[in-house]
Amino acid sequence: MLQIMEGSHAVAEAVKLSRPQVVSAYPITPQTHIVERLAEMVADGDLDADYICVESEFSALSSCLGASAAGSRVYSATTSQGLAFMAEVVFNVAGMRLPIVMTIANRSLGAPLSIWNDQQDSLFLRDSGWMQLYAEDAQEAMDLHFIAYKACENHEVLLPAFVCFDGFILTHTFEPVDIPTQAEIDSYLPAFNPYQRLDAKDPISFGMYATPDYYQEFRYEINAAMTRSKKVLREAGAEFGEIFGRDYSGLVEEYRLEDADTAIVAMGSVCGTIKDAVDEMRDEGKKVGLLKLRSFRPFPYEDVRTALAGVSNVAVLEKNINIGSRMLGAVGLEIKDAVYKNGTPVYSYVGGLGGRDIRKKDVKTITEWAEAGRNDCFFGLREEVL
Amino acid sequence: MPLNVGCSARPGRARDNKTGSWRTFRPEFDKDKCNKCGTCMMICPEVCIGEDEDGFPEFDYDFCKGCGLCAEECPKDAIRMKKEEK
Repeated sequence: MLQIMEGSHAVAEAVKLSRPQVVSAYPITPQTHIVERLAEMVADGDLDADYICVESEFSALSSCLGASAAGSRVYSATTSQGLAFMAEVVFNVAGMRLPIVMTIANRSLGAPLSIWNDQQDSLFLRDSGWMQLYAEDAQEAMDLHFIAYKACENHEVLLPAFVCFDGFILTHTFEPVDIPTQAEIDSYLPAFNPYQRLDAKDPISFGMYATPDYYQEFRYEINAAMTRSKKVLREAGAEFGEIFGRDYSGLVEEYRLEDADTAIVAMGSVCGTIKDAVDEMRDEGKKVGLLKLRSFRPFPYEDVRTALAGVSNVAVLEKNINIGSRMLGAVGLEIKDAVYKNGTPVYSYVGGLGGRDIRKKDVKTITEWAEAGRNDCFFGLREEVL
Repeated sequence: MPLNVGCSARPGRARDNKTGSWRTFRPEFDKDKCNKCGTCMMICPEVCIGEDEDGFPEFDYDFCKGCGLCAEECPKDAIRMKKEEK
């Protein structure tokens, strides 16, 4: 049944249906509405979970780490400065191979202080060993939580995941969402079956130290698990599609790419704007399409290479900046690597940082730039800084 | 040491997992110079120098971390530290 609700509340519904046993989070804009709603659900008796009120994000993820190691399904949510504060624990969770799912309400990082959206916060933890999934709308944000739990907890994977959705643009807007029933989710997502867990009767420690003789083998194992997660994510997405009619078997999604000369690549809510811009450009006779990345980690380079095989130019719309690199954006680097053998030019166009609106005309501008071979640059930049 | 998922480990691990792999230098013992004084056995901070049937020191390389105290203190210069090759 379709219901109209705020994106954050849709995510809270998805979390409730996933039956986490422990929720530990600290409020931070624009993520607050998710955990506020979860706190209400626990207080009202609608969600049978321990809700831990912590004093910081560092404690939030630390308590999640402990609860997950004890064998619980665990949930947290944060953004921006909160995620940065968590960073030490973020790496530890992945290293201990604990399948925690955490929502990131994407927001820029200070300084200067900004509470508005871009994707710098999740992307700066690119190498932490967490999966990173990006949602275009509230429905996808909901659905990716079920898929994330299923993939993370698979014993072939045992890695945590960020489910990323754009702060304010998705967290605070109201959209119709189809909320599955508890019975449907219970059949899709069975109870957490930990690979190993803390048990006073059979003691075990997680994440012990590794000497130089062993450390790099553990990093190898995390990377191998991340590589295996592609297949697991595709299967979890396909199974979700069979039950709920919304197919997530692809880690990328193509929109009018079949005969496109120029492809725009992007992640998250801006894909909606790009689809409208693509329609308008198509009406004007321009052969342009969108490649939406649903998964940034694992990075589906095979799918990207196949999808972009026939295009002549690639414009990557980046809501992050890869400071100090020749390639301006973190996503562009990956795309360029994926199509390197084809020799297709790939450009990073950075914009929308700190919540600046990305308009259809901006999408048209970067499409023209890619066609003209304009090098990596910002779009919509104030001229006084040039 | 097997590679456990998430680098997990059970307690009592020094019995199961050998800690001698940290070692960079290995004590090499020269029986001909030794006068069985026992200084090396007393000085070893890991208590991993035992005594064989004839009273000579016996090194447990599974736990020796190569600190070199035995070689430093040996009055007869019967122990030399040699770099490990891995």
